[in-house]
Amino acid sequence: MTEPLLALAGVHTHIGQYHILQGVDFAVPRGGLTMLLGRNGAGKTTCLRTIMGLWRASRGSVRYDGRDVTQLGTPELARLGIAYVPENMGIFAGLTVRENLVLAARERRLDDARLDWIFGFFPALRTFFSGFAGNLSGGQKQMLAIARAIVEPRALLLVDEPTKGLAPAIVASLIEAFRELKRTDTTILVVEQNFHFARSLGDSVAVMDSGRIVHAGAMAAFAADEPLQTRLLGLSLEAHQ
Amino acid sequence: MLRTLLSGDLPRSRVLAAALIAILVALAFAPFLFPGTRSLNVAAKVLVFILLVASYDLLLGYTGIVSFAHTMFFGIGGYGIGIAASKLGPTWGSLVLGSGVALAVSAVLALGIGLLSLRVRAIFFAMITLAVASFFQILASQLSGFTGGEDGLNYKLPDLLLPGTRFLEAPLFGVEVNGRLLTYYLVFAVTAALFLLLLRVVNSPFGRVLQAIRENEFRAEAIGYRTAGYRTAANCIAAVVATAAGVLYALWLRYTGPDTTLSFAIMIDILLMVVIGGMGTMYGAALGATIFVVAQNYLQDLMKLASGAAAGVPLLPNLLHPDRWLLWLGVLFVLCVYYFPYGIVGRLRLGSGAPAR
Amino acid sequence: MTAPAASAPAAAAAPAAPALAGRRIDWIPLALVVALAAAALPLTGSGPTWLTLTVAGLAMGMMIFIMASGLTLVFGLMDVMNFAHGAFITVGAYAAASILIALKGSMQEASVAANLAAMVPAALAAIALAGALGWFFERVVIRPVYGDHLKQILVTMGGLIVCEQLIHVVWGPDIIPLPRPASFTGAITLGDAAIERYRLLAVAVGLAVFAGMWLVLNRTRLGLLIRAGVENTEMVESLGYRIRRLFVGVFVAGSGLAGLGGVMWAMYQESVNAQMGMQVMVVIFIVIIIGGLGSVGGCFVGALLVGLLANYTGYVAPKLALGSNILLMVLVLLWRPRGLYPVGKG
Repeated sequence: MTEPLLALAGVHTHIGQYHILQGVDFAVPRGGLTMLLGRNGAGKTTCLRTIMGLWRASRGSVRYDGRDVTQLGTPELARLGIAYVPENMGIFAGLTVRENLVLAARERRLDDARLDWIFGFFPALRTFFSGFAGNLSGGQKQMLAIARAIVEPRALLLVDEPTKGLAPAIVASLIEAFRELKRTDTTILVVEQNFHFARSLGDSVAVMDSGRIVHAGAMAAFAADEPLQTRLLGLSLEAHQ
Repeated sequence: MLRTLLSGDLPRSRVLAAALIAILVALAFAPFLFPGTRSLNVAAKVLVFILLVASYDLLLGYTGIVSFAHTMFFGIGGYGIGIAASKLGPTWGSLVLGSGVALAVSAVLALGIGLLSLRVRAIFFAMITLAVASFFQILASQLSGFTGGEDGLNYKLPDLLLPGTRFLEAPLFGVEVNGRLLTYYLVFAVTAALFLLLLRVVNSPFGRVLQAIRENEFRAEAIGYRTAGYRTAANCIAAVVATAAGVLYALWLRYTGPDTTLSFAIMIDILLMVVIGGMGTMYGAALGATIFVVAQNYLQDLMKLASGAAAGVPLLPNLLHPDRWLLWLGVLFVLCVYYFPYGIVGRLRLGSGAPAR
Repeated sequence: MTAPAASAPAAAAAPAAPALAGRRIDWIPLALVVALAAAALPLTGSGPTWLTLTVAGLAMGMMIFIMASGLTLVFGLMDVMNFAHGAFITVGAYAAASILIALKGSMQEASVAANLAAMVPAALAAIALAGALGWFFERVVIRPVYGDHLKQILVTMGGLIVCEQLIHVVWGPDIIPLPRPASFTGAITLGDAAIERYRLLAVAVGLAVFAGMWLVLNRTRLGLLIRAGVENTEMVESLGYRIRRLFVGVFVAGSGLAGLGGVMWAMYQESVNAQMGMQVMVVIFIVIIIGGLGSVGGCFVGALLVGLLANYTGYVAPKLALGSNILLMVLVLLWRPRGLYPVGKG
């Protein structure tokens, strides 16, 4: 078994006086898609932000691709090949869709072939290419946020609740998009509450509760174990379509 | 008994207590200890500014609100007296009316500004109060028929407060017992009373909520306090006390004008006093105002000597020039913000092992 | 590749496609400027008077824009409100004044070339000194208090006081007269209207500065970074850019612009005094609030509105003139509470 791409060991994060992450031990295997599940307030978003250096871990270590990156700043982590899609999408509303993508392309030029591939599963972005990102609908903004993260090949994608507040039809296109992404070399870590989405795409799963990882393993096994799901998440994957 | 008087807010430092007692004694007996018009003027100004700065400390030091409109309330008090005394004649009735109207206007304005502050960020609020104060200053100089414009208003006071009115034939300890003396002690009494009142306010449960809001408004709101109401109340109390200070100043000077009450320079002076003295301590206002006003009047003489002594060295005479006293206070102010966030009072208290505030 | 049927409904569900595919610039605030000018025409009574006032208003607006643009950009990008901005304006004016007085001969000649030979170095000196002061401020004064708005306000106010006093120390307390360059004094006549030459110069410089800023912000990668950073600094860092390194640069540029504005303003008033920066700060705050904190375009429109309004009311209703810009601010905020062009963080 190759070394995991991302490994957190005993990570604690404090926000002001709040002790959010209370010793997270977590490994994301290379390739494939890992789902990070958990109830509201479990610390999933804090986990992603700590990995991305937006919040500093007060204790513990984050290892990426074999090196300790706990003290690195956010731009450095991005340059190591980590792309982050935050919960609020982080779209620059005053910039056009094109400008959003150009900014994300650190090589300075947009690769047409790559763009065509992206437009294949996000056609709306081709239509509104010159329009202001602020005028997009919620689902289209989410598409743009993800498109930005993949406009150049990245090693690790961190995605925070991509389906939040979106209509089922849009969620369906997102599932298609992620299926396409899984065919590439990119390792994907997704925080989600939509279990249909989680089950369709996840290869591995980790569950968080009160700032700790309480379960980690293959998605197939987790999806088959309803009592475990109910215990950890309060409801079963089936019920929450 | 002292504890009750000070609402439990003791100096908590020997040096500070000594300094405060010295200031109190000096002000209480100023006419006798420092005879002469100039020194009495300085003493009266110290009293007025102690009150004005203390009211600002309630806003800035205790609630964490930065407002540049404070001189506006100071001016409203001044003009209340000025306009009443000029237009309605120097009677006690007109003075009471003038003060009453001024206090009411301030309360209403403060209410409006307080409500505004809830909807905007702190920096936005600071800038808008600057604009409002500036607008008021323009208004005061434009409505010259009413306010005397740039020249301000000169007026008489009721007989009891006039220097000409003697209460005793012979001087007492070398000082004339006349209306001027009475006016001084009126200013002293009101200042002392309102200062103690402010101490009571900040040491009450209300005051503690204000401090909670200053530390973390989000959390205070989460705990259940309607921060909106508290901040508005703080705005109103501070404004009303500032107006009272303005009334006192107008009574003392027998003159009200834009430059004595509304100018931005005075706003800056208040900031300097409250930060150097110590934000959020109340006593800081007393210390800061005393140091500042005394320096403003007497430090310059000292600097003139130093400047003369340094003649011949490039730039140094300019730096020590008496008109540059504000430079050194400004530097002290900046240093305080970085290194002594609780000013002189905080430093003294820390030195005695007590918490800064 | 993917299932086109699944994505087609998504596209169809989105608001009607081709019409929105183009850019949509919000023209309303710009239209306000034109509307104001048009409304003033009947009120001023005569065409020539209107023309003179309009040029005067545009000139004033341009100068205020130059002085204010740096402040709003710094606030938008770095979340820092520099109350000492007025000091940069004053310092720039004094630096230029020293040079212009030294090159007095060149200024008094009636040739544009000779005048420019004095004015250009003076402007450069102003920009350089104000920029240097800005660099010092960002590194020493403001950096320790990033994120703490209360301390920022206090510290920058303190800095303003100290700067003003230091100006007295270096240049003395007297007001220094600063005559305009010889080829830009007086007025040209267009029909019955007298238009001051200096004001035309101010308009030209203002337009050049705005054009320059617009080009940098909209046509360069640096500008793209700044625009994105104003909206969401964290996201820009997450895309791999060390945007904090830009902060100093933007602050220095903003300070330099303030210095340039100071020179123009000083020659407009034909004098330099230590309070001039502070005196104009209230107007600058009003302009950037009207425009929207962080928006350069908003600052431009706001400055023009304020300049025009001040001049029109100064002629039509002088008593209102001084308070007119505050009334304008209140009206704009009632319409758009975050300013004409709200940007990101506000």
